[in-house]
Amino acid sequence: MTATDTKAGSGKTGTKVMTLLEAITDAMRFEMERDDRVIVFGEDVGKKGGVFGTTAGLFEKFGEKRCFDTPLSECGIIGTAIGMAVYGLRPVAEIQFLDFIYPAFDQIVSEAAKMRYRSGGEYTCPMVIRSPYGGGIRGGHYHSQSSEAYFCHTPGLKVVIPSTPADAKGLLIASIRDEDPVMFLEPKRIYRHGKGEVPLGEHVVPIGKARIAREGTDVTVLCYGAMVSVCEQAADEAAKAGRSIEIVDLRTLVPLDEATVLESVRKTGRVVIAYEAPKTCGYGAELSALIAEKCIEYLEGPVVRVAGFDTPFPYALEHLYMPDAKRVLAGIEKTFAW
Amino acid sequence: MPPVKSKNVKSKKMVGAPVAKAVAKVAAKPAAKAAAKAVEKSVVKVAPAAACAMPTQQGLVRLLEDDGSVLKGKDPNLPKDTLLFLYEQMVQVREFDRRMLMLQRQGRIGFYGPILGQEAATVGSVAALEPRDWIFPALREGAAAMMRGLSLTEAINQLIGNGADRCKGRQMPCHYTFKEGHYYGMSSVIGTQISHAVGAAMAARIRGDDVVVLGYLGDGATSANDFHSGMNFAAVYQSPCVLFCQNNQWAISVPISKQSASETLAQKGKAYGMPFVRVDGNDVLAVYSVTKEAVARARAGHGPTFIEAVTYRRLGHSSSDDPTRYRDEAEVKAWEKKDPVDRFRAYLQKRGLWDEAKEVTFKDGIAQRVNDAIAAAEKNGPPADETLVTDVYAQVPQQLKDQLGEVLALEGRGVNQGAFPL
Ligand SMILES: Cc1ncc(C[n+]2csc(CCOP(=O)(O)OP(=O)(O)O)c2C)c(N)n1
Ligand SMILES: [Mg+2]
Repeated sequence: MTATDTKAGSGKTGTKVMTLLEAITDAMRFEMERDDRVIVFGEDVGKKGGVFGTTAGLFEKFGEKRCFDTPLSECGIIGTAIGMAVYGLRPVAEIQFLDFIYPAFDQIVSEAAKMRYRSGGEYTCPMVIRSPYGGGIRGGHYHSQSSEAYFCHTPGLKVVIPSTPADAKGLLIASIRDEDPVMFLEPKRIYRHGKGEVPLGEHVVPIGKARIAREGTDVTVLCYGAMVSVCEQAADEAAKAGRSIEIVDLRTLVPLDEATVLESVRKTGRVVIAYEAPKTCGYGAELSALIAEKCIEYLEGPVVRVAGFDTPFPYALEHLYMPDAKRVLAGIEKTFAW
Repeated sequence: MPPVKSKNVKSKKMVGAPVAKAVAKVAAKPAAKAAAKAVEKSVVKVAPAAACAMPTQQGLVRLLEDDGSVLKGKDPNLPKDTLLFLYEQMVQVREFDRRMLMLQRQGRIGFYGPILGQEAATVGSVAALEPRDWIFPALREGAAAMMRGLSLTEAINQLIGNGADRCKGRQMPCHYTFKEGHYYGMSSVIGTQISHAVGAAMAARIRGDDVVVLGYLGDGATSANDFHSGMNFAAVYQSPCVLFCQNNQWAISVPISKQSASETLAQKGKAYGMPFVRVDGNDVLAVYSVTKEAVARARAGHGPTFIEAVTYRRLGHSSSDDPTRYRDEAEVKAWEKKDPVDRFRAYLQKRGLWDEAKEVTFKDGIAQRVNDAIAAAEKNGPPADETLVTDVYAQVPQQLKDQLGEVLALEGRGVNQGAFPL
């Protein structure tokens, strides 16, 4: 199939205030209208509209052929999505919680990620795997984890994480149009928190471009997903003590917008990396190494990681586990330790 | 995707044998058209039942009618004590379930997965085991832990996730663990426990122990990879286990008709090469009897059995689910008429083993026990902070002690002075 299959999207202009969740639905609806190769499937995405409601209305609007429930098999969902992508569709497969993706891990890392390379570019795998991730909803071990690092460690996959409603829409549209498999991880804790203006109709946020969420001069805070608003709270507190914090929302972990990250670090000379995942070998380790390699001469303090514990995700003690503004603030102070 | 509908449904025939025949025919006839026709004729397509239809009666083992009368000549004549035990357990499970859902609604526990309608399937199957046998539960078999002796207070400690909880407040509600009762502490990942059950049973045999394992799963779990591995290993190694599928017709919002195109789930046992039974899961006598037989077979060294218990999830998937979005109330109403508790009470009353007065006294007693258990459990405080980092490994690594120390210091809880409380 070729691009001629695509229809012009609705010519709507202007913006609408939406939650991150609604923006995700809007992106899928828009792409499904525009391109009949786009189909959405997964567990409970049909009549129920997804356990969080991200696919609400798609089954009713596009019918069971383009939005359907699957049997309870993540391996089956991803395996068939790969087959569809190889054949020419643009599947958007939902994994109900990132914690349940492991039965499909083999399909993702051995198959989807390597398709283009192993076939010399003959076969490709343009598909999106959407999945809610992260803690803060009292979900215990298996409804809370942040396992983005496993996927970042697999060449061939792109890893995208939005933090605002507008970005959620723009990045999801870009992911659906991307020629390669994209892990689109949704910070479920902020699905319904903080509404934002979202462009109606066409809205693409390019993959690989970080966003300066706040400009500052003293410390760079690198973060993504639900941690962005936590870091903003910390920056507000720091401002009271006269510290000017720059917040870089990475938006895409792979490919990383190195230029924006390094430019900010060179400007401030101090870095805090905030993420919810277990600290050891998390994405922060990669950022820290990158900074050490490429601009250590600009550093005026230690690179500090503020992260989750190196433990499974707890239930009752979730509040202790989750990095909060207080911990980010303490991290910011540590960068002044030298 | 919409299931492919076939026009002439002959639901009684199985798919396997005719296909083989058709293939043989195809090879012999050179004309492709004729070959295609032969296949078309021979392959009996089984259309998945419509979402609101009652499940097929295919092979269904029942001893009791919906109204509690015994099917002719089918009374297993169980001893009075067993009969009363089965009934009292079902009533207790139901009351516990009802009250826990209420606590959830009041915000006193965070989440709850009710089992209303499935009491007979759990109680009947657990009762068929010896106390030394092991249980690997899925999501809705918490009652099994209580039947094995987990106190109601301990169960509620788990639901609250307090400091007295055996899981130390680390798991979501309904993830009980109870080692003394040989009740396995499961994860939330659907299906993984199936192969664990099979492996544990293999181990019991390797060790020469007279132990059988009962592993539970839902209808949704039959689609998981682990179902295939578990069933295959069970049969290949003649593992002394019973795999018991609670086919409650739904996996969250996905009906059984979209979960599997097999006419019955039970028949999957045939494909793997093990005996299989399809039982009315709302008939506690039938469940007890077929499980007892399967357990005896495993104990005697004749390998695993796959049981499909046909039952129904009458409430939402969990306290977070609104089933009216995806299913017809008429279906729920139809299943209310097959209520397992009412049905068995009618049987006991007909046999003169139960009456209204006994019912009232017994229910009052349970209500009191549940009240007391709630009160006792709610007295317990939250888990100690240290439990965040214990049990990750046998010994707590220094790195974890440091991570916790640093965070507690920020919270102003003063353990940063060097003396870490571990
Ligand atoms: C591997 C995996 N995928 C998805 C889920 C989310 N989930 C929890 S329960 C459930 C449905 C389970 O259905 P079934 O096996 O029939 O058990 P029931 O809830 O009916 O008892 C799903 C999809 C999960 N827990 N694990
Ligand atoms: Mg089910």
